[in-house]
Amino acid sequence: MNEITDLLIIGAGPAGMAAALAAAPSGARIVLLDDNPLPGGQIWRDGPQANLPGKARRLRDQLRACANVRCHAGTRVIACATDKTLLVEDAERGWQITYDRLILCTGARELLLPFPGWTLPGVTGAGGLQALIKGGLPVRGERLVIAGSGPLLLASAATAKQHGAQVLRIAEQASRANVLGFATQLPRWPGKFFQSFSLFDHHYRTDTHVLEALGRERLEGVRLQQQGKTIELACDRLACGFGLIPNTQLGQVLGCALEGRALAVDAWQATSRREHYAAGECTGFGGSELALVEGAIAGHAAVGHTAAAQRLWSRRARWQGFAQALNKAFALDARLKTLARADTLVCRCEDVSYGELAGHENWREAKLASRCGMGACQGRVCGAALEHLFGWTTPTPRPPFSPARIGSLLSLEETPPT
Amino acid sequence: MPEVFLDGRPLSVANGTSVAAALALGADGCSRTSISGQRRAPLCGMGICQECRVMIDGYRRLACQTVCRDGMQVQTLP
Repeated sequence: MNEITDLLIIGAGPAGMAAALAAAPSGARIVLLDDNPLPGGQIWRDGPQANLPGKARRLRDQLRACANVRCHAGTRVIACATDKTLLVEDAERGWQITYDRLILCTGARELLLPFPGWTLPGVTGAGGLQALIKGGLPVRGERLVIAGSGPLLLASAATAKQHGAQVLRIAEQASRANVLGFATQLPRWPGKFFQSFSLFDHHYRTDTHVLEALGRERLEGVRLQQQGKTIELACDRLACGFGLIPNTQLGQVLGCALEGRALAVDAWQATSRREHYAAGECTGFGGSELALVEGAIAGHAAVGHTAAAQRLWSRRARWQGFAQALNKAFALDARLKTLARADTLVCRCEDVSYGELAGHENWREAKLASRCGMGACQGRVCGAALEHLFGWTTPTPRPPFSPARIGSLLSLEETPPT
Repeated sequence: MPEVFLDGRPLSVANGTSVAAALALGADGCSRTSISGQRRAPLCGMGICQECRVMIDGYRRLACQTVCRDGMQVQTLP
């Protein structure tokens, strides 16, 4: 079964939901696709231990009420079949979707940097731990250390505490001056200002970063560099994330230009390719408020409602200011490039160590010599880490964009939709 | 409450529980063994890193993006 739609939206987080809702009144046929079991993205991930805000529930209910929006959950993009046709796959089948216009709302992933012991069970991303807890991961009575950078550390800690974990330390690599400077700007965005009070935790330390995860079979403790001193804490889990990086792969494959590490967009959220738009974290990290307004602009613009899109520009500019302040305050310290030792694994799929990679000139050379980035995650984790550590650029991915079933790939041979 | 089988052992979980959470509720939380023999557990929690891949009813799936359903057979990869 192949599918034809006027507007295809990839990603059902805040940006994708807002895009679908903005475009829906036009009557266009809309397909909203996401690889998670439910819409909401990472910030509004639902589950047995999730407390969804009212706003998220309202948007979800509004989407359900739109007869012209079809949602495909648990569905991934595997390949480009022909022009404006994507091969997708869910748990049961593979099929093709042909679209007239596309909005990329592919979000961001955590930057995970290698350090000794980071492959031990018990070590997760910071946002990763939050997502796992929402899905029902038990943390009651566990001792946690949360490390890395950015406001996500506080949000992750708050979720863990709500579910009975004991948070021993929140280690923020940014300097006290940077974090305080950011905090003093928060009253410009009152919602964020009050949110920061509810999240603040007296175990929070600036100028503090992870050195090593300790343990044999699983995590038993963590060694931190805390404001100039080395300390060790016994703990059951370490959640470590160094900020968010845009998921640009699908956009790149479709020929959308990058600006820095994000998909480049104009005032209409249009990418460099005609009839292809992008919104939310894949165009640069900025939080859910910015994603919502960008998504709405993209949705209006994609169905030709330019006046409605333009009315949202000032709101977008306000949240872009927040994003700039955030990204400046939590810029990563150069010390974080020196955490890995020669025997620390960098590529977790092919178990390639830092020592096997350090002597190479570029990503391609390292990959050919070591199989780095050739495993199941296709370099999404180690490629981003090596971009940060060595300044290497990773090439545009080739299909399949994620592990797929042979049966789905075979459906590329079927008659294209007419 | 759906009942799943983790490497053959039954486990009842709350509705909506992810397979990744079930691995921690019913076993040691690990999902697979790496090519150099290390046990691994879910890392990114959001469908990127592939560390949580397991066999579910005969198909390779990501535990963090799969919701437990009654009768599901989950096998961690040795």
